[in-house]
Amino acid sequence: MNIIISNANNEPIYEQIYRQIKSAIISSELKEGDLLPSIRNLAKDLRISVITTKRAYDELEKDGYICLAIGKGSFVAEKNTEILREAHLKEIEEHFRIILKIAPACKLTVDDIIEMFKIISEEE
Amino acid sequence: MNSIEVKNLTKSFGDFTLKDLSFNVPSGTIMGLVGENGAGKSTAIKLIMNTLKADNGEVSVLGVSNLSKEFTNLKQDIGVVLDEAYFPEVLNAKNINNIMKLIYKNWNEDSYFEYIKKFSLPLTKIFKDFSRGMKMKLSIAVALSYNPKLLILDEATSGLDPMVRDEILDVFNDFTRDENHSILLSSHIISDLEKICDYICFIHKGKLLLVEEKDLLLEKYAVIKLAKNQLETLPKDSIVRKIRTSFGYEVLVQKDKINAAFRVENTRLEDIILLMVKEGV
Repeated sequence: MNIIISNANNEPIYEQIYRQIKSAIISSELKEGDLLPSIRNLAKDLRISVITTKRAYDELEKDGYICLAIGKGSFVAEKNTEILREAHLKEIEEHFRIILKIAPACKLTVDDIIEMFKIISEEE
Repeated sequence: MNSIEVKNLTKSFGDFTLKDLSFNVPSGTIMGLVGENGAGKSTAIKLIMNTLKADNGEVSVLGVSNLSKEFTNLKQDIGVVLDEAYFPEVLNAKNINNIMKLIYKNWNEDSYFEYIKKFSLPLTKIFKDFSRGMKMKLSIAVALSYNPKLLILDEATSGLDPMVRDEILDVFNDFTRDENHSILLSSHIISDLEKICDYICFIHKGKLLLVEEKDLLLEKYAVIKLAKNQLETLPKDSIVRKIRTSFGYEVLVQKDKINAAFRVENTRLEDIILLMVKEGV
């Protein structure tokens, strides 16, 4: 797995680590049960702060991509269909919110939107 | 656990006062002390090691008060490197090994000669003929070879060339792979500290201006350059400090409080630190 830390963009370092490990997991480059480098060693190898690396791992654990076994290290979590579903639901919700933001400008009511959605899904 | 705890440390001499210094160095981390020449960094380090008596305040190192009797024994666990290396001038690296062997109960001969080799130091040249870089590297080799848990370094990388500095920073970086190892280092070369520190403690004219996680500082603050009329469009509560320059303003802002439309400079630690104390025109 490659992790590239760039100082050129404004993306916080912990997000860069989070994003790169996450995409390695989603693309199956890292497989279920694979051992991740220890927080301390990863930080020292990348020459970044231990605290920042820990923050990235904490986020990955919170979002269910990795799990921490105390004394053993961090592993890639079971690919949980529930989690992937959750992520998709979140995305759908996000799109709904955008629709609700734009709708008042066209004077659309909720019923109008539901009607519109029905028509579109029948077309599909 | 904290490897160093400093509470309300105060010391006055004549016209200089180091006032109310408080900070902690969590175990397993690297704390950088930043400040201009004469800011009080070396005074702070001397107070921590109790080679200078504090007027007020408390210090505990590796869980032991620096005023207690145990602190003398504890020094076997603390590696200290000051900005000047003091070894007898006629000794060479081999002689120094023979002496240190008798002083430190945890002296590790193999590790010492490994560092000597790693730093390309000569074995038989006498100390007097060492360059400044070689002297510093020898001090660091000695400090690391009695297996300390804590390293305290005062301007250990100043006056060295970038290659040697980088080599030394690498060694410090490796030292903290062990989570029981911590480092407190002072420097006025902010880019060095930016490279390896987990936390930054900024002292200016004897006063503590900030203690913060380094990456949070870089995430939280940014420098913006503006003309006067643009300055008024900036939310008041986002401004940490503004400096008038000859042609406009340089403003230190909290990133999360400004509109994304403002062009934020690619901000380094040095820019943030300098803007906090710089005088305008």
